Amino acid sequence: MPDTFPILHLDDVRYRWPGRTSFGLHVPSLTLVRAETVLLLGESGSGKSTLLSLICGTIIAQSGNVSVAGRSIAALSAGKRDRFRAEQIGLIFQQFNLLPFASVKDNILLPLQFAPNRRNRVPNLNAEATRLCRDLGLPDDVMTAQAGTLSVGQQQRVAAARALIGTPPLIIADEPTSSLDAATQTTFLELLFAQSRAHGTTLLMVSHDARLSDQFDRVINMVDIAQTQRIST
Amino acid sequence: MILRVAFGSLIARALTVGMTILAIALSVALFLGVEKIRTGAKASFADTISGTDLIIGARSGSVQLLLYSVFRIGNATNNMTWESYQDIAARPEVDWIVPISLGDSHRQFRVMGTTPAFFDRYKFRSGQSLAVRDGAIMSDLFDTVIGADVAAALGYAIGDPIVVAHGLASFSQHKDQPFRVSGILEKTGTPVDRTVIVSLEGIEAVHVDWQSGAQIPGQSTPANVIRQMELEPQAVTAALVGVQSRLQVFGLQRSINEYPQEPLLAILPGVALQELWQIVGIAETALIAVSAMVVVTALIGMMATIFSSLNERRREMAIFRAMGARPRVVLGLLVLEAALMAAIGAILGLALLYVGLFIGQPLIDSAFGLWLPIAPPTMREFWVLTGVVAAGAIVSMIPALRAYRMSLADGMMVKI
Repeated sequence: MPDTFPILHLDDVRYRWPGRTSFGLHVPSLTLVRAETVLLLGESGSGKSTLLSLICGTIIAQSGNVSVAGRSIAALSAGKRDRFRAEQIGLIFQQFNLLPFASVKDNILLPLQFAPNRRNRVPNLNAEATRLCRDLGLPDDVMTAQAGTLSVGQQQRVAAARALIGTPPLIIADEPTSSLDAATQTTFLELLFAQSRAHGTTLLMVSHDARLSDQFDRVINMVDIAQTQRIST
Repeated sequence: MILRVAFGSLIARALTVGMTILAIALSVALFLGVEKIRTGAKASFADTISGTDLIIGARSGSVQLLLYSVFRIGNATNNMTWESYQDIAARPEVDWIVPISLGDSHRQFRVMGTTPAFFDRYKFRSGQSLAVRDGAIMSDLFDTVIGADVAAALGYAIGDPIVVAHGLASFSQHKDQPFRVSGILEKTGTPVDRTVIVSLEGIEAVHVDWQSGAQIPGQSTPANVIRQMELEPQAVTAALVGVQSRLQVFGLQRSINEYPQEPLLAILPGVALQELWQIVGIAETALIAVSAMVVVTALIGMMATIFSSLNERRREMAIFRAMGARPRVVLGLLVLEAALMAAIGAILGLALLYVGLFIGQPLIDSAFGLWLPIAPPTMREFWVLTGVVAAGAIVSMIPALRAYRMSLADGMMVKI
């Protein structure tokens, strides 16, 4: 029963990179509710990465409001924001997600180091990491392997496990499948969906690939929600 | 877990990290080694003579007198006459007096003429006495007792003959009067180990047919004739003196220094040693400064390594940031890493020092007569090691602050 409480809400957000007058991002409104899966489509250069940085709180909008799980992140101090991100958001990047020298287990458990509440939701760290790996189709012996020795597809699944552990309410995936081949892509997405549905997690996935559209609850086009301004000097 | 991850990161860069650690280890080993040799040399010098209140010789410098009479370094410029010696020996303050006569040599070792009292009176390492390992103290005119190093280096055993050479590094030998090894001393770690000891009369005996440093041509007195002769020395090089009461030391010293018949010098061994330290002190300080600079250089090398690794590790730092680590954690990780490297380097350096000591101990002993004790690390060494780790952490703050700023700017997105 997904409730309709917005997990993510952007209201009249304006951002301009410091030192650059030529590029700004304006998002009048964007709302994601709990447990929905949303695909955000956009060409490169459309401001997707800037939007994600705004949501994660590594950059702060000059005006407007960004709320995650009902909290305005601009109101938090830098340190609190980092912890808040760790507590609320699971992140998967395009590639090079993992610390290659660390074991798979340590990679998966890493965000819990910075998110005590999320950690408290996991009674048995080892068991939960193993369970996630198993559910994502990774062999058991992978846990102790060095992350750098895994194939790209396996690494992305480990990254998914890392994003899912401790069930953060929001998962943001930035083109997680673009470095995977078609077959692996499908399996990866199926696994990701299954996991986020099982925990009622909101999934915001960013991609330029419109073919993935029908698998999501909702598809948003970057051009529809945001205006990028190129102010000529 | 963070520690394990940091450790993993270090291991992933094993080669550069290893080199850095090796540099730190070598510099720490050098620093501690210099310390060891310095304190070892000091202790060894200070241990060489004890229980002697005054050393008397011809007037020269106090350090010079100490060096040639006790350490067999350098030479006497003059001797003191036997009359003066006897005069001083007869003074009421004098409890005991042992003459020393130097000037001849056997191979690379010096020959010292003295009386049997030397074996009772000479004390080293806070009151230890000389002990005979083999044989006995000389009883015959041509008997000699040799130090442990002499026996070891030349492979001598009891009963072996020894020919004494005139002067040092000389080709003119006292061939006519060969000595016989009657005793070998226990190892002491003092210059006695490298000394051939004969009786005072023995020194006179070999010089019977000599005049002004050369053998009188065609003249060779047989040993049995020499034995009949009155072998009273003309002069001795120096004398070790013990006084009845320690209160009399300064009075006796003053009166010897003002001895009207002959310019003499009496020194307190401890005071002369202090003077020696003052001279050596400057070199010592320079040595410590240089080895400390080597440690600093190694740490700066580590800083350079961290700096150059920053770019390739931007992604690593971005991952930490994305997972919710504050920039402060990134900074802390780098400092922790540097402290780890410095700590491993310091411990490895300590290990290297001990390996070096085990290998070098006998070599240094035979080459310089310096016995470096292998003892557990001292508190001072502990502080040195702690200092290295702390300095490593402080030095790493510079690249770490840069990483801090970089990760603030990069956030969790790194475009490489």
